[in-house]
Amino acid sequence: MGRYLLRRLLQLVPVFIGTTLLIYVLVWVMVPGDPFAGKCGERPCPPGFVAMMTEKFQLDQPWYVQYATYMKNLFQGDFGTTWSGRSINDIIATAYPNTLKLALVALAIEALIGLTAGVLSGLRRNGFLDNLVLVSTLFLIALPIFVVGFLLQWLFGVQWGLVKPTVSAEMPFSELLVPGFVLGSASMAYIARVARTSISENRRSDYVRTAIAKGLPMRRVVGVHLLRNSLIPVITLLGTDLGALMGGAIVTEGIFNIRGIGGTVYQAITTKESATVVSIVVILVLVYLLMNLLVDLLYAALDPRIRYE
Amino acid sequence: MSDILVSEQSAAGASGRPAGRLLEVDDLRVEFRTRDGVAKVINGVTYHVDAGETLAVLGESGSGKSVTAQTIMGILDTPPGFVTGGQARFHGKDMLTMSFEERRRIRGEGIAMIFQDALSALNPVFTVGFQIAEQFRIRRGMSRSDAKKRAIEMLDQVKIPNAKGRFSNYPHQFSGGMRQRAMIAMSLALDPEVLIADEPTTALDVTVQAQIMDLLAELQRERQMGMILITHDLGVVADVADRIAVMYAGRIVEEADVYDLYAKPAHPYTLGLLNSIPRLDEKGQELRTIKGLPPNLMNIPPGCPFNPRCPMAQPVCREKLPPLLQIGAGRASACHFAEELVNRD
Repeated sequence: MGRYLLRRLLQLVPVFIGTTLLIYVLVWVMVPGDPFAGKCGERPCPPGFVAMMTEKFQLDQPWYVQYATYMKNLFQGDFGTTWSGRSINDIIATAYPNTLKLALVALAIEALIGLTAGVLSGLRRNGFLDNLVLVSTLFLIALPIFVVGFLLQWLFGVQWGLVKPTVSAEMPFSELLVPGFVLGSASMAYIARVARTSISENRRSDYVRTAIAKGLPMRRVVGVHLLRNSLIPVITLLGTDLGALMGGAIVTEGIFNIRGIGGTVYQAITTKESATVVSIVVILVLVYLLMNLLVDLLYAALDPRIRYE
Repeated sequence: MSDILVSEQSAAGASGRPAGRLLEVDDLRVEFRTRDGVAKVINGVTYHVDAGETLAVLGESGSGKSVTAQTIMGILDTPPGFVTGGQARFHGKDMLTMSFEERRRIRGEGIAMIFQDALSALNPVFTVGFQIAEQFRIRRGMSRSDAKKRAIEMLDQVKIPNAKGRFSNYPHQFSGGMRQRAMIAMSLALDPEVLIADEPTTALDVTVQAQIMDLLAELQRERQMGMILITHDLGVVADVADRIAVMYAGRIVEEADVYDLYAKPAHPYTLGLLNSIPRLDEKGQELRTIKGLPPNLMNIPPGCPFNPRCPMAQPVCREKLPPLLQIGAGRASACHFAEELVNRD
């Protein structure tokens, strides 16, 4: 297990270097046009500013020197600055906690509702609840996220006035429930369906029959023997989804006015803030890689038949 | 409780049919309702088992022997399986009309079951020890450590070497024979009065088969359990069983003491089964098999269900269903010509 972990962590190194290099080259080197275009309003930038910035971002150096310098600073925990001189570390430090909060709320909601719905409908296939779950999940999967977002914002925030339509800067938990539901809605539907299939398949398995034959109470047969096996694919799905959720949510953040990483990177792309784009993407790559590793480790913890050597 | 059973058993020995049976299945009927039609899987099965005796239920696959056992245990998949008639009585009380809770308490303690394929019957994500100890914790309210101690004792009883170390192994870390031993330990944990063994050796190597059957026979003797041994293998039966019930198309076609059945079968189907055992002294000759296939359970032929395959079939066999009739002390046959069969040389 220890060796496996070490090997997996070592595998992260080339993947990390490869992806960051790709992003760096894409953003800094391959973007066509003058990097100073539009940076100084309607007028062309004054030569002094151009000279200063060229030196600061090493624009006169070959790309590999730029990349090496960037990585050197990165490993010292310095993401650099924007054109206007704002620290990118600051930008990430303000936006990322918001994204994390939203991601965790979304994950909790989709796990709770998706799993409950999936288990209940899987236990009673073709019952009323099963059909309800099938139809409503189809609905959630089919609807684009901005439709769900605006609809729930209008219903809960405007029409019924149950919550504030947008989230305030302090990001209180209660205001994150609706955005969290919106963000997790599609995955929630998939989780419900995977859980349903998994439960109803395992319901007929021999070991469940054995558990019943042992005279265990039904809630233990379902809650321990059946659930533990059926959770394996669900946990995998949840883990992968957490990786995606932590990458920010441009649409949901936009609708509910949350200052998260998704909106920040979107804004950075539109304003050609290359340093910011690269830094955020680098972080997201790292988060995603670690989440993937976590899922693989969880998988082994849940299923003893999988042992990593 | 055990005193009563012992006296019942001695009464059974004297008169043959005592009032109180340990487990009896009475005219049980089960059908499977599928999209293609209704399959009549069990069509009036009657058998019983008393304390300390082993009843072998013999039949080809699809004859309904396992479904009968599942109905007794209450683990029949419904749908498609539905009980349409009959009773399954434990200590005289019909289990089929009991509440779920009442029935649950019988499972494991009253009647326990061993399944054919221990690999799929054991939960893959829990240790073998956990699955045995669980019964002591849930059913007996024991503490974790006491339950563990008892579970290790059980593993020891079924002769699993290094039981203590094996406690925390997962099913896939056991060999096939060890797995079936663990399964046996699990089924015997709550000291059941009746053990149903559903083809316990089918999934195993021949050498291991004998070991498992010996172990089962030994444990059955020690504990004076009633045992129902479901099998399609006549060879397995001879050493272990006291009585044999032969099933065909969801019916018992013959029931007899082991010795009587082997010596003078009273049903052509039994005779066919016995004749189809390969014998050393007939080496080189063609193996005698039963011609044809078991009937389609959605469309059982009228009269005796065995008549299309029966070498002795007469016109009456195609018209009248022969009932299971007593043809001597402790034996019964469902054949119009049972007397002729038994009395021939």
